[in-house]
Amino acid sequence: MATKQDVSISAQTLDKPRLLQMYEQMMTIRQFEERAGREFAAGKVPGFVHLYAGEEAVAVGVCAHLTDDDYITSHHRGHGHCIAKGVDLRAMVAELLGREPGACRGKGGSMHIADVNKGMLGANGIVGGGFPLATGAGLTAKYNGRGQVAVCFFGDGAANQGTFHESLNLAGIWKLPVVYVAENNGYAESTPVTYHMSCRDIADRAAGYNMPGVTVDGLDLFAVYEAAGEAIARARRGEGPSLIECKTYRYHGHFEGDTITYRTKEEEESYRARDPIQRLRRYLLERAIATSEELDAIDRRVQERIDDAWSFAEAAPFPAPEETLTDVYVSYR
Amino acid sequence: MAIAVRQLTYAQAINEALRLEMRRDPRVILMGEDVAGGAGIQGFERQDAWGGVLGVTKGLVQEFGRDRVLDTPITEAGFIGAAVGAAATGLRPVAELMFVDFFGVCWDMIFDQGAKLRYMFGGKARCPMVIRTMIGAGMGAAGQHSGCHYSVFTHMPGIKTVAPSTPADAKGLLAASIRDDDLVVFFENKLLYSTSGEVPEGEYVIPLGKADIKREGTDVTIVAISRMVHQALAAADALREQGISAEVIDPRTLSPLDEEAILSSVAKTHRLVVVDEDNPRCSVATDIAALAADKAFTDLDAPIKLVTAPHTPVPFSPPLEQFYIPSPERIVATVQEIMG
Repeated sequence: MATKQDVSISAQTLDKPRLLQMYEQMMTIRQFEERAGREFAAGKVPGFVHLYAGEEAVAVGVCAHLTDDDYITSHHRGHGHCIAKGVDLRAMVAELLGREPGACRGKGGSMHIADVNKGMLGANGIVGGGFPLATGAGLTAKYNGRGQVAVCFFGDGAANQGTFHESLNLAGIWKLPVVYVAENNGYAESTPVTYHMSCRDIADRAAGYNMPGVTVDGLDLFAVYEAAGEAIARARRGEGPSLIECKTYRYHGHFEGDTITYRTKEEEESYRARDPIQRLRRYLLERAIATSEELDAIDRRVQERIDDAWSFAEAAPFPAPEETLTDVYVSYR
Repeated sequence: MAIAVRQLTYAQAINEALRLEMRRDPRVILMGEDVAGGAGIQGFERQDAWGGVLGVTKGLVQEFGRDRVLDTPITEAGFIGAAVGAAATGLRPVAELMFVDFFGVCWDMIFDQGAKLRYMFGGKARCPMVIRTMIGAGMGAAGQHSGCHYSVFTHMPGIKTVAPSTPADAKGLLAASIRDDDLVVFFENKLLYSTSGEVPEGEYVIPLGKADIKREGTDVTIVAISRMVHQALAAADALREQGISAEVIDPRTLSPLDEEAILSSVAKTHRLVVVDEDNPRCSVATDIAALAADKAFTDLDAPIKLVTAPHTPVPFSPPLEQFYIPSPERIVATVQEIMG
């Protein structure tokens, strides 16, 4: 529970516009996901959808330190990372619906949503696929020499893939500016972390790669913001990679349609009682940084932007079927 | 004695084959992501556990317990490789590679370890394991969850490849695959899971390497794989209306391939169309075309034609995905083209 005493030093330097911007981003992710869940249930979204609701503090707390010139890699639960990295909402919804103006022109869908112009190198359908990609982006960043960083968001399930070990070792020996951010939501699909992982904290593994590793409360925006700020500043200074583990929770199942037979309703309720957005809201009100009217106005604005994105996307055309044949190569002759 | 037959779905038929083979042979174990579903929860095997991401292995952990139905972490190289090691040392693992597209994560363990082990050891080892894996476009699952890719596996010596199209075939071929002493990759088309068909009760085995004539005909041979068998049968219905009699051959096993069944059909019909949802280059479709060009050239009255997916990954957007998958209409048009 955030109190006036335990808020981190760096959070106290955040001014009101910045705090409200972070609140708005978190609320945008939440409302985007809740809407996507409803539309999926209504049969309007093709394919598989994995929702990020509950984990908003991680994407927002980390990406607050990044610019469009920095890189991120994401995973199958990637909508929140897109929003925190500034990907256009209309393009996102259009992609979820497979429409021509989608972020990937309808070819990728939810699981491959990307916007390289924003440094968002894609959601990913392969668990653990992002580690080497972020490591490579870190190599580019180091080569460019202008202080860019790469952030790799990954889940607790991915932490057991071989690519985790290989990538963190590479980043360690080459001192790459990469920050590996574990979003430990307790479950790899249906399998609890207590079963699938041989150590208690993912951050414990950092020692094996000679890099700093910290575990923070991923429901606490300020704790994430502080840890990410340190790691990213370190990377920008050329001092190498870091591993941050954020303990968090997903409110939805692994995918929409998941019957969630593997955890209890009581467990979910205990996390909802610590909701990261409500926690930030209370902080802003208790400190008289914002009034509830101001925050309600933000909530309404978010709602309008999401409504607009859905209206736009639903009215947008599908790509022509022959588009199937384009974009396999830059040129092929 | 008449064998009782009843309707089962493709998913139920696979589940039944696993159950019967596990009862028959205690060395058969299952392993994979979520194959029990919820391991780690106290007493989860008594609960309504997932039983695989699409429920195909549902109920097996309840009957056989967690020592024989092992949930794995998301570590394909680790557990597929462990299945190879367990197979080489006496177990008969059935490992589930959830979507075939994930083969890239564990390919070394499949083709460099499991497939070559016996050969490299001079025939002194064996790798009696099955990799069950989902294939197929049509669910909007996009580029990394929709491929077929059995052509890649079929290319590799040391791997047997099986791609059933009906519930009854799925049950008998999976039993044969589990009893086989080599590494078998068993491709399940996820769009077929909910399709039903007559399935005999009890144990039975359909030998690997035996094709099935799904419809007899005299004017053209259509060889179709997995779900494409159903597209070919729909095309054959439409062609019959036009007075064209199509024979539909389902190879069922891609390696070994029942060359004789294909060649005898071509000797009868003098025309060949191959329908394959996999990508077209260096594929099972081109392999079958090459077989006919090599061994049935003088039987052919028309060019061999292929109806395949294009040389692209699987797109997400529904109209693009439909364009990608070979349709009965494309098969009909292709047959008409060579009927002259």
